[in-house]
Amino acid sequence: MIEQFENVTGRIFDIQKFSVHDGPGIRTIVFLKGCYLRCRWCCNPESQEYHIEKMIRNGKEVTVGRDVTVGEVMEDILKDVPYYRRSGGGVTLSGGEALAQPDFAVALLSACKEYGLNTAIETTGFADFSVIERYIPVCDLFLMDIKHTDSAKHKEFTTQPNEIILENAVKIAHKAKKLIIRVPVIPTFNDTPEEISSIANFAKSLGTVTELHLLPYHRLGYDKYVGLSREYKMGDIPVPSKEHMEILRSAAMASGLDIIIGG
Amino acid sequence: MKKYTVTDIPRTERIKKLIDNLYAKMPVIEADRGILVTESYKSTENEPIISRRAKAFMHICKNIPITIRDFELIVGSATKNPRGCQVFPEYSFEWLENEFDTVATRTADPFYISDETKATLHEVYKYWKGKTTSDLATSYMSPETLKAIEHNIFTPGNYFYNGIGHVTVNYGKILEKGLDGIISEAKEALSAISPEDPSYIKRSQFLNAVILSCEAAEIYAARYAALALELAKKETDSARRGELLVIASNCSRVPKEGARSFYEACQSFWFIQMLLQVESSGHSISPGRFDQYMYPYFKNDLEAGKITREAAQELMDCIWVKLNDLNKVRDAASAEGFAGYSLFQNLIAGGQTKDGFDATNDLSFMCIQATMHVRLPQPSFSVRVWNGTPHEFMIKAAELTRTGVGLPAYYNDEVIIPSLLSRGLSIEDARDYNIIGCVEPQKSGKTDGWHDAAFYNMCRPLELVFSDGYDDGEFIGVHTGDVTKMKTFEEFYNAYKAQNNYMLKLLVNADNSIDVAHSERCPLPFQSSMVEDCIGRGKSLQEGGAIYNFTGPQGFGIANMADSLYAVKTLVFDQKKITMYELKDAIDHNFGEDIPDKIAEAKTQKEIKKIADSGKTITDSMIMETYKKIKTSGMQPYQRAKYRKVRELIDSIPKFGNDIPEIDAFARDVAYTYTRPLEKFRNPRGGIFQAGLYPVSANVPLGAQTGATPDGRLAYTPVADGVSPSAGKDVHGPTSSANSVSKLDHGIASNGTLFNMKFHPSALEGRSGLESFVALIRAYFDQKGSHMQFNVVSRETLRDAQAHPENYKSLVVRVAGYSALFTTLSKSLQDDIINRTEQMSF
Repeated sequence: MIEQFENVTGRIFDIQKFSVHDGPGIRTIVFLKGCYLRCRWCCNPESQEYHIEKMIRNGKEVTVGRDVTVGEVMEDILKDVPYYRRSGGGVTLSGGEALAQPDFAVALLSACKEYGLNTAIETTGFADFSVIERYIPVCDLFLMDIKHTDSAKHKEFTTQPNEIILENAVKIAHKAKKLIIRVPVIPTFNDTPEEISSIANFAKSLGTVTELHLLPYHRLGYDKYVGLSREYKMGDIPVPSKEHMEILRSAAMASGLDIIIGG
Repeated sequence: MKKYTVTDIPRTERIKKLIDNLYAKMPVIEADRGILVTESYKSTENEPIISRRAKAFMHICKNIPITIRDFELIVGSATKNPRGCQVFPEYSFEWLENEFDTVATRTADPFYISDETKATLHEVYKYWKGKTTSDLATSYMSPETLKAIEHNIFTPGNYFYNGIGHVTVNYGKILEKGLDGIISEAKEALSAISPEDPSYIKRSQFLNAVILSCEAAEIYAARYAALALELAKKETDSARRGELLVIASNCSRVPKEGARSFYEACQSFWFIQMLLQVESSGHSISPGRFDQYMYPYFKNDLEAGKITREAAQELMDCIWVKLNDLNKVRDAASAEGFAGYSLFQNLIAGGQTKDGFDATNDLSFMCIQATMHVRLPQPSFSVRVWNGTPHEFMIKAAELTRTGVGLPAYYNDEVIIPSLLSRGLSIEDARDYNIIGCVEPQKSGKTDGWHDAAFYNMCRPLELVFSDGYDDGEFIGVHTGDVTKMKTFEEFYNAYKAQNNYMLKLLVNADNSIDVAHSERCPLPFQSSMVEDCIGRGKSLQEGGAIYNFTGPQGFGIANMADSLYAVKTLVFDQKKITMYELKDAIDHNFGEDIPDKIAEAKTQKEIKKIADSGKTITDSMIMETYKKIKTSGMQPYQRAKYRKVRELIDSIPKFGNDIPEIDAFARDVAYTYTRPLEKFRNPRGGIFQAGLYPVSANVPLGAQTGATPDGRLAYTPVADGVSPSAGKDVHGPTSSANSVSKLDHGIASNGTLFNMKFHPSALEGRSGLESFVALIRAYFDQKGSHMQFNVVSRETLRDAQAHPENYKSLVVRVAGYSALFTTLSKSLQDDIINRTEQMSF
């Protein structure tokens, strides 16, 4: 069975082991290269372009992005099987956008299922539903961002409107095994109790969603913008305080969902 | 449905007071034991050594000052001052006499010593010249061995200068039968030997010594009973008077007779634990499976309503504090290697019963609780993990890890039990193992494991390959030929094995010489009385009285060796990117970097002395010139650039610790070059050698004696710690690092392996953090790793503690096989801890 997926190729820029915040248990995250959105706060700007590029990291030029086969990635993923088994963990595809390379991503997820691994994708949900549908049978968990309920503001900060995202959320909620909604909490964009409540209420209205994660903005991506010679559009905006995150959490709680700060 | 009581028990006010009092002052060196042992020896000249030892122990027990400290519930102190130490001139003394004036101001483990004590000890030491175990051992070693030690290829310093220790006696038996029980057993054995039997002479001498030492311990306890009574009479506070009366009653009962309650059992345990460390200076006297042998007393009292859980917890906490009251002064060099005033009294909870069922009980949880309450380096607290270990026990242990105290260490039954079986233990004994000292498994009450027999620096034979057996201008190894003319990697690797095998033989000679010296000059009748089958065989532990006998020297530097050999193979032979000459040249010039100031100063002094000895006049400018030349190896900038390039090339190839099968296989093979030859050697007690792979903290001072290595490690910097990857070289997170380490054969290193990981507290946040942490341990153990320990502190915290030690007096870190107070460690060791890879999760 596994042979049919082995030689499918895709483009990734990193594989990260021992991740404990993106899905249950101890996980390996495969970061796919290329994204449809250009979120101002994105902490992985090197993930956005599909083409392989150079960037400066710790004073040295490095190449970001490489083409790999599913077989190669699986070899790396399988090294940590004992950790997945002991923690109920598995594999999460992130990005970039996991929906942007469907042939590769679906093959990789299918291969994971052949080995009995738990699978998840972290996604913006910005794609044709016909694409998303291919992921559903082999993905145990969708970690989907809802960044804003207002489409104009969404477009202003991410370059894309949100209608298709909200529509997809409704469909995923009804068809996928499990959906968790995640909100990057970004000052000046969506960090008021009203905006967060609105997202929480939307998530609740999906019916099958029980959990919402609030992911506080951080500046860890700043150096990467410098390394890529790109402008960091967030400027000096400070990160949300613990207290403020608690206020937002309380606001979101009114929806009746479980609200978790961090993943 | 509830099987264990896992809820927290609060700490009492008393425990805080006991700890405050214990750490109020700098530890002091006391002379009493030194005086008493000398007096006794003078009066027993020409008697058999075993009776001299017993009589000396009796003389000490009768006369050493005793004290009951404020608020204590468990009594028995080896010194008048808290955390003081006694001296043991029968093992060695010159080093202390030489360091009288520096011991109070040295960086690692300083001790206060008064002028009066100095004068007294100076007198005492006159008697011991030529009479110590150390003197005798030296005279037994081959000239080649002495030369190898002088050149720091290995260091058998621990037992060379001190007692052996490293034992877990049969505590359970004493708790049940008392020392009177041992005395009757010895008497029975005595009456069973006929005088015409040729073994009568030695055996009866030994058995009489056993009886006398047990009586000595009983007298010692009786003195405490009298003192408690006397203090009770004077005590005005009625609550304290009541406590003192109970103490008096306990001390008049135990350890002479069997314990009738949990409290008596605690007191009995403590007298044994403490007196073993008065008889000999050996450290790592390990309490072992406290939760197992104490449990019946706890259960009985609890069920009979004689004790509450809280009261039992307080008694355990008192023992935990007392374990930190014992102390030991080591020579300056050893103090660096064992830094942190540690006595390595390893206490272990959980695991399996001898029948293979889960052994976890309420006391196992209370052991974790006690460590949380006291947050002190002792006991070196460990937990045993097997497939049947309850999850709630793992979570509670992880909570302890999260406090940042560096405890517990986790041990894997699924590796250790088969490993012990392969060394000839019965299945019941193997299942009943505990840990000695740092990481060394053994069966209590049956083993003389000599677990810490030496430190062996695996990088040093590699240096000898590059120099054809020469070190510092002297020929100390074997001839393996000109390294630059070697044609294949196999030839190079074989040269390493040749140098290594030669040094291992010398190591064995060193250990066996010391072993014989101990049996002839310092047999220990009290310790032997509590280990099988000394009474049956009628001989001491030091003469081979134990059922299981081993000698366990520790190798370290596997990661450096694996990376070095891989670099040589890849860059010189496979890819031919550099020649062996270029590599050797770069190593000789420390990859273009200066050598550390301190080393350069020492080398300059040596060089200048040589010049002075040759009769030349020394000028200031000559000193400066020499210093500069040594520090920079006389390099020009263009040379530096060339050598640095070599190092960059080395840095660019993969390293051990990143889950790369090819290098991991290399590391496994390198470890075999140490572990496999060793098990062929025999010790004088009838046992074999078995390798350990851990350095305690010796990787720092012994690294300071090691030149640059082909893995890019700079000269005189620390060598890799235990089986852990080289500091900063494992860059793919904890699972990759653990996977690499698990590829080594941990079972053959039956004297223990040590894998150190440092975690930022954020990695263990919340219940999910604990769950992931437990899963990490479980998964490493599934892959047959045998030991794991963690430092959970932030780099910033450590830096700040370094800058402001006054604010961090109680900051405990896991150094190697044990926990120590961070601020008491030397600067270089502190730096090493800070620089170890910090495993963060995102």
